[in-house]
Amino acid sequence: MEKKKVVIIGAGVVGSAIARVLSRYENLEVTVLERNIDVGWGTSKANSAVVHPGHEDDQKKYPLRAKFCAKGNRIWHSWAEELDVPIKWPGEIMLAFSVRDLEKLQYYLDLAEKNGVPDVKIVYQDELRELEPNVSPDAIAGLWAPTAGLLAPWDAVISLIENSVDNGVKLHTETEVKDVVVEDGKVKGVQTNNGFFEADIIINAAGLYADVISKKVGINFDITPRKGEYYLIDEDVKERVKRIVHQVPTELTKGVYISETVEGNILIGPSAVNLPLDAKDDVSTTEKYLDYIWESAKKLVAKLPPKSSVIKTFAGLRAEPPSGRWIIEAYDNPKGFINAAGMRSPALASSPAVAEYIAKELIGKKLGVELVEKKNWNPYRKGIKKFKILDDKEKERLIKENPKYGNVLCMCKEVTEAEIIEAIERMKKIGIKTISLDGVKFRTTSMFGWCQGSFCRVRIARVVANYLGIPEWEIPVKDGKTSYGVGDVKAFFNTKQGVDEA
Amino acid sequence: MMKTKYDSIIIGGGPAGLAAAIKAKELGLKVLLLENRDVLGGIPLQCLHPGFGLHYFKEDLTGTEFIYRFINKFQEMGIEHFTNAHLTEIENISDNEKRLKVITSKGLQNFTTKTIIYTTGARERHLYEIGITGKRFPGIFTAGEAQTMMDIYGIMPGKEIVIVGSGDVGLIMARRFALEGATVKAVIELMPFPGGLTRNVVQCLDDFGIPLYLSHSVRRVEGRSSVEKVIISKVNEKLEVIEGTEKEIKCDTVVVAAGLVPYIKILEKIGVVKDPATKGPIVNEYLETLIPGVFTAGNALVINDLVDHVVEQGELAALGASEFVKNDGIPASRWIRVFRGENVRLLVPHYLSGKRDVTIYARVRKPMKKVTIRFPEIGKKMRLPVVKPAEMVSVRLRKEEIQKAVDRITMEVLSNE
Repeated sequence: MEKKKVVIIGAGVVGSAIARVLSRYENLEVTVLERNIDVGWGTSKANSAVVHPGHEDDQKKYPLRAKFCAKGNRIWHSWAEELDVPIKWPGEIMLAFSVRDLEKLQYYLDLAEKNGVPDVKIVYQDELRELEPNVSPDAIAGLWAPTAGLLAPWDAVISLIENSVDNGVKLHTETEVKDVVVEDGKVKGVQTNNGFFEADIIINAAGLYADVISKKVGINFDITPRKGEYYLIDEDVKERVKRIVHQVPTELTKGVYISETVEGNILIGPSAVNLPLDAKDDVSTTEKYLDYIWESAKKLVAKLPPKSSVIKTFAGLRAEPPSGRWIIEAYDNPKGFINAAGMRSPALASSPAVAEYIAKELIGKKLGVELVEKKNWNPYRKGIKKFKILDDKEKERLIKENPKYGNVLCMCKEVTEAEIIEAIERMKKIGIKTISLDGVKFRTTSMFGWCQGSFCRVRIARVVANYLGIPEWEIPVKDGKTSYGVGDVKAFFNTKQGVDEA
Repeated sequence: MMKTKYDSIIIGGGPAGLAAAIKAKELGLKVLLLENRDVLGGIPLQCLHPGFGLHYFKEDLTGTEFIYRFINKFQEMGIEHFTNAHLTEIENISDNEKRLKVITSKGLQNFTTKTIIYTTGARERHLYEIGITGKRFPGIFTAGEAQTMMDIYGIMPGKEIVIVGSGDVGLIMARRFALEGATVKAVIELMPFPGGLTRNVVQCLDDFGIPLYLSHSVRRVEGRSSVEKVIISKVNEKLEVIEGTEKEIKCDTVVVAAGLVPYIKILEKIGVVKDPATKGPIVNEYLETLIPGVFTAGNALVINDLVDHVVEQGELAALGASEFVKNDGIPASRWIRVFRGENVRLLVPHYLSGKRDVTIYARVRKPMKKVTIRFPEIGKKMRLPVVKPAEMVSVRLRKEEIQKAVDRITMEVLSNE
């Protein structure tokens, strides 16, 4: 059987979902290239984490978004189970505060029907407040969409990549595509800082940088970084929401959301601000928009948590395409080049459906590749055992088997040394070259809690350092360039005093 | 799972916990101490600077020397303890019985005890709590984390340092960095006066030529992939930013020393009532919380200025536990509530019985010279040349004085002028 080489550029949620779907086929040899040191570190790691129901996009304006969201939402039910990704389905309420808002609710209710989103309805007073007791007293009605879900988006990416690698996909991190090589109107491969990767099919899922990649083959558009800022609130606050609560969307954004994450924290945000094209790494927070979010959130609920319960503020960038339309296409010239670009919201929800579409319609039909299913494809992946949520009997058993489970390093989130080590082993297994503290953090939720790592980071760094056999100060934090410290305390002193040179 | 009934279980092996355990054992209690880290000693272990023990030992010791006196005594007395022990849950079965769930490397442990002395210390406030915006860079640390890195693990966090907050922790870290050859570019303080002790301003900043910016707020941390500078602004007397006063300070590391908060989440889960002023539990004269048999001391009770106060509180809580065990509860016919009056930001304890002498620990809201500390209901007065928010005022009230009160005592700090 002739095997087709597929290169996917970008290990965000879209690229990873495509990798998993393509790993099902015997005759595809799939490679994922990621410029960062770890997977899911672009748009996928800082967003609202909502698995949208799919009733907010008008088919006329956003045909692909309307087409894939509800479908992707459904697929996440089975994917989350197969991939052992924590997910929940609290449903969402879009709130109306005026007659004009009510008209908007009706508009979205109509869209729900058109887009095939089930069980959406407008709820008033008692029913609204029964669904969400903490809703603002000023809200007159809400559009209730029970199929909305929440997951941890980085968990989604990590699980998709782990499962893909188990099924034969190769991941190359720290690999940045410099050029796309085309001959006779057909793709030949990609040139990277890490060598040349041959390809019959190239899938551009490069997120914020998808425009840069696409321009290399003469397909031109711009991806605008659109910044969203957020507050993350301590998990123990009393002022909570049961549902995902949000305002009526605007052209720019789906509006400010309040939700309870799968980790049990309250998440408030985002703002939506278009940045210049060269600001694709500007994830700074600003007083202006954090204030805006807080003021918007106040209007949504009766009781907002106190500001003193904020444990983190952060910003993410969405990859905004021209006119908000996703670019999911295979081209005649160059043949073999596929864009999955401009994947702004609801990309997280839609990614499984987008991946299926790219496999069956674009690769299967448009490129005419007959897809042969693997007999031994394994849909299952197990997550890192979260010690905190196990029952006592299981905890007891694990500690007996491995006493490192009895050493809690992260107090806030109760993460044990055994889980830290498992995270490192899993990073190595999928081919990550640079083990970082952030990599450990996203896999274990250590350093994610109330103290933001001020108690435990140094202890976790020691475990990582011992495992890797390097000094603690050298451990990368966020990327290969930033390390936890700048050196050994006395070595630094000595260098400064000229002792080392002597 | 093992089950042993203790008279008192002490949570946390820092100065308050060690002092409590030693005292409780001396008083004849069956004691167990649980420490979350791999070593006993808590924060003083990483305090290489002097200033410890002036009251308690009448000697000037480093933090490490100070705490080793307790660790050594604790070990000589053979007090039962676990390190690397993580308390997950307290079940308050009755006034006389509490069950603790603990994770240790030897397995899950369930302990039952008559009393608990909760001495877990404090958590540091971090960047996001004080409203600083910008990127989430590596190179931003709390002062405590930076201190642990340097003096327990031997890691140098950075070379050009800006310190946010001029409390004692911030001041001491400024000197610590300077001693290791780092350049401390500035210490930034929101208030118009330093947050820490005067001796620390002199010895940690002035002696090293480190600039202190009072009435300044850190607005943003900027840089491309790591910290490159902080942007600060002046604030007015209402602590509002004065626009147009922005100034940038280049640095590679930001150390946040913006204060401490008692770390008592597990106590809150069993319904311990907090004082909004101290952010620690409301307690009586034995430092017993409103849940009978649950005592607290040290920074889990109130943020202290001196470790000497911390160990005093630990010993007092142990005495309370001993009374509790002897009498099946703290005996008192009535409780007199202590209220905060003028220029008193916080105080502990909150309830007095009048059956024993009590030390009131308090902090003032604003600095003042030539003051009278007054307890009008009992006619007690004392004069002090100066009071500062950084320095705790401790006042000993004799039981005869307390007995004069009907149901309340107010503490006021008034100017003599």
